[in-house]
Amino acid sequence: MSEQEQRAVERELTMSRAMVEAVAHEMREDEEVFYMGEDVADYGGIFDSTEGLLEEFGRDRIMDVPISETAYLGAAVGAAQEGMRPIAELMFVDFFGVAMDQIYNQMAKNTYMSGGAVNVPMVLTAAVGGTYNDAAQHSQTLYGTFAHLPGMKVVVPSTAYDAKGLMHNAIRDDDPVVYLFHKRLMGIGWMPAPDGPKTPVPEEEYTIPFGSADVKREGEDATVVTLGLHVHRALEAADALAEDGIDAEVIDLRTLVPLDTETIHESVAKTGRLVVVDEDYQSYGVTGEIIASVAEDGLADLEAVERVAVPDVPLPYARPMENEVVPDSEDIESAVRSAHDA
Amino acid sequence: MFEEMATARYYEERLQEEYLEGKQPAFDISAGPIPGELHLAAGQEAAAAGVCRHLRDDDTVTAPHRPHHVAIAKGVDLKRMTAEIFGRESGLSSGKGGHMHLFDPDAGFACSGIIAQGCPPAVGAGLAAKKRNEDSVAVAFLGEGAISQGAFLESLNLAAVQQLPVVFVIEDNDWAISMPKERVTDVADGSRRAGGFDMPGVRVDYDDATAVYDAAKEAVGRARAGNGPTLLEVQVHRRMGHFMGDPESYRPDEDVAAAEQRDSIERLADDLRSEGVEDDELEAIREEARERVDEAIEWAKEQPEPDPDAAYEDVFVNPPSGVTAQEPDHELAGGDD
Ligand SMILES: Cc1ncc(C[n+]2csc(CCOP(=O)(O)OP(=O)(O)O)c2C)c(N)n1
Repeated sequence: MSEQEQRAVERELTMSRAMVEAVAHEMREDEEVFYMGEDVADYGGIFDSTEGLLEEFGRDRIMDVPISETAYLGAAVGAAQEGMRPIAELMFVDFFGVAMDQIYNQMAKNTYMSGGAVNVPMVLTAAVGGTYNDAAQHSQTLYGTFAHLPGMKVVVPSTAYDAKGLMHNAIRDDDPVVYLFHKRLMGIGWMPAPDGPKTPVPEEEYTIPFGSADVKREGEDATVVTLGLHVHRALEAADALAEDGIDAEVIDLRTLVPLDTETIHESVAKTGRLVVVDEDYQSYGVTGEIIASVAEDGLADLEAVERVAVPDVPLPYARPMENEVVPDSEDIESAVRSAHDA
Repeated sequence: MFEEMATARYYEERLQEEYLEGKQPAFDISAGPIPGELHLAAGQEAAAAGVCRHLRDDDTVTAPHRPHHVAIAKGVDLKRMTAEIFGRESGLSSGKGGHMHLFDPDAGFACSGIIAQGCPPAVGAGLAAKKRNEDSVAVAFLGEGAISQGAFLESLNLAAVQQLPVVFVIEDNDWAISMPKERVTDVADGSRRAGGFDMPGVRVDYDDATAVYDAAKEAVGRARAGNGPTLLEVQVHRRMGHFMGDPESYRPDEDVAAAEQRDSIERLADDLRSEGVEDDELEAIREEARERVDEAIEWAKEQPEPDPDAAYEDVFVNPPSGVTAQEPDHELAGGDD
């Protein structure tokens, strides 16, 4: 590696800076890329998702829009169908309710309903997640809902390195991509991130293909499958378990659609124990889907299964209750122990 | 009105202090006695006080994410509301809702953190009153940023076509977070939206509580008499950031200064003085307001935090087969994350 390459890789970025770098790069390369959302211009995105972009690209391409999600998300669909490459931001994923038709009946289905005659190359970005007591209407992840409805690729980065590569890929993809970033991972001044998401990030562009899960920690005794913030909580749990001689493998899904079942199955074949961890609601969701896919193809490998997710309650406001329902590293630890001892 | 306005202003100032505790020097949204987002309404008191003065306990009010001044004007239980904001067991919602999700059915008050989504339920309250031949009314408060939202426009239409007893009140504080009004609508006077639905629309151009009172008297009277909805817009001012911790770097200094200068409470005090009210009478009202607020905050802080397991209750009033929610089969640790 040249000295310059070395320096580049040593450069650490927060997740938000890494995302913005990919967006800026794509905007420089392609005039057809633009960004729409509430408070994305002067504010730079409530969660720093567009910080600094207005200065470089101006109001025509970094567009503040009225609080009319149906209109502007739908407008992104329309512009994408004209061949442009819009990125439209929903400030919190929880707000999808006011614009869901444009998302799941238009954006996600137009390709199929047109028999492939139309395509919708847009990115829908949204902030997800809790852990800071913002209560039931501002703390959900809802990954599973997008992944359940056919026609959307669903990306959930957990580190700056992944965030950049996945964003390049999302903008270049010819299909609609829902890119969900966890607020707690962005590295925002007022919401301290855990240690993990700030990583070395090369200055040059690179893509991370969708459907490639990443083994964030190798282990022999149990497979922990997770995504987003909970990758870091699972790694913390794995460190604690290692002290007791339990060696957990941690798989970061990175994308839910497409889902890399191969990496999961290989790991379970090795460990025999599967623990799925998710910050979304438990029932009818990501945890059930992963377990079902392993059961379908590798039931014989499976000696124990546990899942850790938000029990089926809306997210409560008060600290003791939110801490109770959002899985933490101790919850993951105890689930791995249960699986291990089973 | 003066009393509610003075109470609301002091309440927001005190909450700001409490909120910032534990969040300095480095601001961490999840630290301190009040976690999460906090949207304070200092500078918007006139709209709430002028309108709610005409309301009874059986009238319904829905407020948006910036609800405290409206709640105070509508007579929400101040102690239990404060306990809710502090996330305590004796809060209005036992700590489940927090500051954007205050519900006090006894006072006819509810709010929502999703823009404009209080409008349809207000229409529903008006519908119920009409169906039952009652003369209660419903009022939906929203910000000027919210008037671009479908739920608001659909609600205007439904209320108009059904001639429902509803008043929509736009609190125009010029800003939707960082977006100035002129960037998101070409119609400076939001009350003109009413014309599209053939309902009366009135704008009160200055946050003058007396002018709001007069305009609201007519609007609420019309609704109560069964003559249908009205859209009211009131110019107010945002004296603080959008939420606590908002750096407001997008906002020109002059705009902040102007908001500080135009103080609707001082204006009302001047009006009252010119009508012969003595200074010490006004000061006595302020003093009483401060005592009430301080007492509510003290009380709230003494209340216990909720039991973590309470999180599983209240998903349904009628939990299926006796379970409230799906408790995990292994113990979920409360933890200190
Ligand atoms: C549907 C929806 N979109 C976006 C938001 C995020 N949001 C919260 S407050 C706000 C600005 C609201 O402005 P305005 O209605 O003028 O009220 P103000 O905050 O000025 O009182 C936005 C965009 C939301 N809560 N709901």
